[in-house]
Amino acid sequence: MLKPLVDALSEPTVLMSLIIFLPTVAGLVLLFFPKDQGETMKQFSFITTIIVFALTVWIALPGGRPGGLGFSLTSPHMQYEVSHPWITSFAINYHLGLDGISLPLVVLTSFLSMLAMWTSWPIQKHVRAYCILFLLLETGMLGVFMSLDFFLFYVFWEVMLLPMYFLIGVWGGPRREYAAIKFFLFTLVGSVLMLIALLMLYFTSDARAVDPSSVTRHTFNMVHWAQLAQLSNSPFRTTMLLGQSIGWWAFLLLFIGFVIKLPAVPVHTWLPDAHVEAPTPISMILAGVLLKMGGYGVLRLCYPILPSAADNHLTWMVAIVGLVSMVYGAFAAMAQKDFKRLVAYSSVSHMGYVLLGIGVCSATAGNLYNSDAWQMGISGAMFQMIAHGISSAGMFFLVGVVYDRVHHRDLDRFGGLFQHMPVFSGISLVIFFAALGLPGLCGFIGEVLVVLSVWKFSIVLAVIAAAVVILTAGYILWTIQRVYLGAEYKGPHPEALRPMTWREIAIAAPLVVMAVVLGVFPATLLNYTDATIAGLVEQLNPARLSAPPPMIQVPLNIEKTTP
Amino acid sequence: MNLHDLIHYVLNDLGPSLHVVRPELTLCATIIAVLLARMLFPVRKAPSLPYYLTLIGTALALVFLCYDVASWRSTNALGQPYLMASTAQSIFTGMLVQDGFGVVIRTGLMFFVLLFATFTRVSGVPGDDDAAEFYVMVLGATIGLCIMVMANHALMVLLGIEMASVPCYVLAGILRHRRTSSEAALKYAVFGAAAAGVMLYGISLLTGVLGTAHLPTMARRLAEWLPRTSDPQYRATAGVLLLGGLMTLVGLAFKLSAVPFHFWAPDVFEGAPAEVGMFLSIASKAAAVALLTRLALLFSGGAETLPAAAPIVAALAPVRTYLAELIALLAAVTCTFGNLAAYGQTNIKRLLAYSTIAHAGYMMMPVAAAVVLMGDTAHRERAGDAVAALVVYLGVYLFMNFGAFAVVAFVRNARRKEGTASGEAIADYAGMVRRSPAVAVSLAIILFSLVGLPPLAGFSAKFAAFAALLDAKMYLLLAIGGLNTALSLFYYLRVVKVMTLEAEPEQHPAAAIGLGSVPGIFAAVLAGTMFLIFVRWEGLWAIGQVAGQALTHWTTRQ
Repeated sequence: MLKPLVDALSEPTVLMSLIIFLPTVAGLVLLFFPKDQGETMKQFSFITTIIVFALTVWIALPGGRPGGLGFSLTSPHMQYEVSHPWITSFAINYHLGLDGISLPLVVLTSFLSMLAMWTSWPIQKHVRAYCILFLLLETGMLGVFMSLDFFLFYVFWEVMLLPMYFLIGVWGGPRREYAAIKFFLFTLVGSVLMLIALLMLYFTSDARAVDPSSVTRHTFNMVHWAQLAQLSNSPFRTTMLLGQSIGWWAFLLLFIGFVIKLPAVPVHTWLPDAHVEAPTPISMILAGVLLKMGGYGVLRLCYPILPSAADNHLTWMVAIVGLVSMVYGAFAAMAQKDFKRLVAYSSVSHMGYVLLGIGVCSATAGNLYNSDAWQMGISGAMFQMIAHGISSAGMFFLVGVVYDRVHHRDLDRFGGLFQHMPVFSGISLVIFFAALGLPGLCGFIGEVLVVLSVWKFSIVLAVIAAAVVILTAGYILWTIQRVYLGAEYKGPHPEALRPMTWREIAIAAPLVVMAVVLGVFPATLLNYTDATIAGLVEQLNPARLSAPPPMIQVPLNIEKTTP
Repeated sequence: MNLHDLIHYVLNDLGPSLHVVRPELTLCATIIAVLLARMLFPVRKAPSLPYYLTLIGTALALVFLCYDVASWRSTNALGQPYLMASTAQSIFTGMLVQDGFGVVIRTGLMFFVLLFATFTRVSGVPGDDDAAEFYVMVLGATIGLCIMVMANHALMVLLGIEMASVPCYVLAGILRHRRTSSEAALKYAVFGAAAAGVMLYGISLLTGVLGTAHLPTMARRLAEWLPRTSDPQYRATAGVLLLGGLMTLVGLAFKLSAVPFHFWAPDVFEGAPAEVGMFLSIASKAAAVALLTRLALLFSGGAETLPAAAPIVAALAPVRTYLAELIALLAAVTCTFGNLAAYGQTNIKRLLAYSTIAHAGYMMMPVAAAVVLMGDTAHRERAGDAVAALVVYLGVYLFMNFGAFAVVAFVRNARRKEGTASGEAIADYAGMVRRSPAVAVSLAIILFSLVGLPPLAGFSAKFAAFAALLDAKMYLLLAIGGLNTALSLFYYLRVVKVMTLEAEPEQHPAAAIGLGSVPGIFAAVLAGTMFLIFVRWEGLWAIGQVAGQALTHWTTRQ
């Protein structure tokens, strides 16, 4: 009986589309639920997110399984690749695929969506609309990570905007409308820049140079773009404005767009507002998944389309923006009185590591290209994204738990939570220490890889980056002291400080487990990312780039559709 | 040519010409039928007769046009059907022209009028007493718009614009008992008359210098004439030509409600019923931008058969620069001003008026791009694609604005039924999502489509238009267009915010329109169209390419 199902799921088109669009379909089904069935709607949405998570895990299991299914850990190429023509006059394809960079993020997305949906249990206002928007958001997030066609990527990127606007604007805190529109506007500005870059790259691309079988000239295929950029006569090297090439301008436009999402200083200001006002599950998604899109975009698009960024001023820009975010975010976090705002600023600081790790690509400024250091940097950035996804989602969840009880987040009016909620406090310690970067927990690996690789790049930057670890420890330990330690609880509603419910424990437990597992066995994740990152770093090797055009033929597993 | 030959020529020309304008003749017949029907059957006995006659007339005209389109269907080497850009055919001794562009735009217009007529039935405006006048004016204006689209002669340009404008002045004042309506109509008429006067002056300057009013001949003469401008004695005449071109553009800019000739639009849209606003913002604007495209491309070398006429096209380079810069400037100003001015609006119809002004700006962007791309004689399809982008924009815009004005009309009706205030202030929409979820969500979808967010049709339109700009390397205009997208978000989102996030007012609760009701279904279907077009805008693009090829690939022309 299961055989046809398994067969259908072995078909990449079905499997990949199912992962992306199952939440949307479930959202449509929700329209037909009776109005008073709020609880059923939540359960239905939760089950949907579980199924999506199961599917992503099914995809992520390593290869060698019967039926040829499975993710190959040794291949640097795209896997589960699906490509069908969509709008042929613009060569837009329904093109999906996964590699070692996107797969962990897809799993993280479905994992956090599942937990966030479960966290949504206390939502009582307009449950149907909430569930539908939440599921649409999940479709958008998964689509972004799985798209290999930039047009498709852009569409999914924008699809996330509206649900997020409403989720913050309707279910958020007192200043929700301001926060929602600020989020929307910042992201939209970034999107517009991306749209311009998208058109620029499309009109300069020439797919026939890398894929002789291509019928059309221009392409939105991101894999082809990356290959095109490596040709010594790459069309992206054509000079455009102010003496800079098309690739350079596209890099800049895309980088601004992604950095807004990341977010980095100085375009981070939407984040604290959005986080503070958003309901707990949405904060989890926002910090856990949405911020990762910025880092993912820089890795997937910015560097591949401009390999020479590795050895020019742009990489300094990336690294310094990252470093400034780290330092500024850490200091700002230290100054916060609001628990959620503090966690939000810690996100700014932690995401700075991602940029710094990616930015060290020239590895040895002015000297020879050191691919090891850069590989380490990118691995660190990648690890940091996943680790932050877990720790920040966990922190927002924990803040939400305590807020649900005492209805305030003022750090000066906590204290003594250890006595009232011992389990909660124990879990909090693990999660907060994971964010701090304590060895043995997930945050450590990413930070250490990044800081080590930066050393090769610039000792000054490395010293500052390492110093941020102390700042981080400072604000996190201080927070723990103010909230959990102390003789007694100083705020209102002390009677409401009940222990965690089983549902809350069940949500926190997977996060704690993941924080420990990734900290103790980083290879769990690195096994997935290594091959792809090595491939990427090799692709962008400037020594190889200046050599005669190599014409690497990446075997594309595209179903050739007859025109 | 002696008189005999001339008469012979005219008579031979008349048959095919009349064949081409069957749709317009049908509309003329419908007008007469509506007027006669009103005389023969009193309003009480047959209240909906004008409506049915209009419906039948427009449907018939649409069938004729579809037949014209279908007769150009062909199959390519792979056996897939596609539309072939037929060669242009001059009709009425060169006064009008029948080509792919004209047919595509006219088909769109007729399709809109048919939809519009259906919609007026649902919305209940015009009332039974006004029905005959209303439909006659709409049909009359449509004939004028069709003439604008087909114009091949400076005189026909003016005639078409006037013929389309005069009924519109009347439509603007159709609410006879409302002061704002009459005021708006008067303002519109005075503005229109002034703009037409300026345009007529401009046309007379151009024809005076070039010695003809036949547009393709004018373009050719201009090409012969331009190299001489380096001679100082012709400097003054060159100035006259520039002035003539500018003044002609004024007339078009007025019809397009481009800044700074937009002042009539907010007043008219506020004063007139939403139905009239819908007609003006869609049909009138589409025809105006089509005419602008035709004129601009004609004077950029579009009338010339390549490659033989390459020198003529090359000689027209200064004209292209002039036109492209002028149109680009107009587009940038219109777009930015429209979006900024929409901020302060408290009336939904005024807000939509500024929104249509901004969209007129977006529409002019691909036109400017097409003009620039005409210079690339080796790749005329690039200019054709820019025109295709415009057609996609128009097609999408039709549905978006239709939806927006339709919802405004529905809300007005619902509130009138409940006996509350007029329901045209944005504040009246507060909390609408609670009582009429379907309509509120539909309007939200339509407004987001107007912003240009995927996965909605508005994004396809904006994408195509921006793609044309990038292909023409008009980076500054592209940046302005992108900036405007972000700007426009605020005021569209404000309406959505009022509908969804704000609480319902205690005293005048928002209108209740159920999903099951006709307006509810109407709005939901229009919102659904936004998704459908986004997923399958390939078809719209193919039609656009036919139009684009017609303006850029002419092979024969009298």
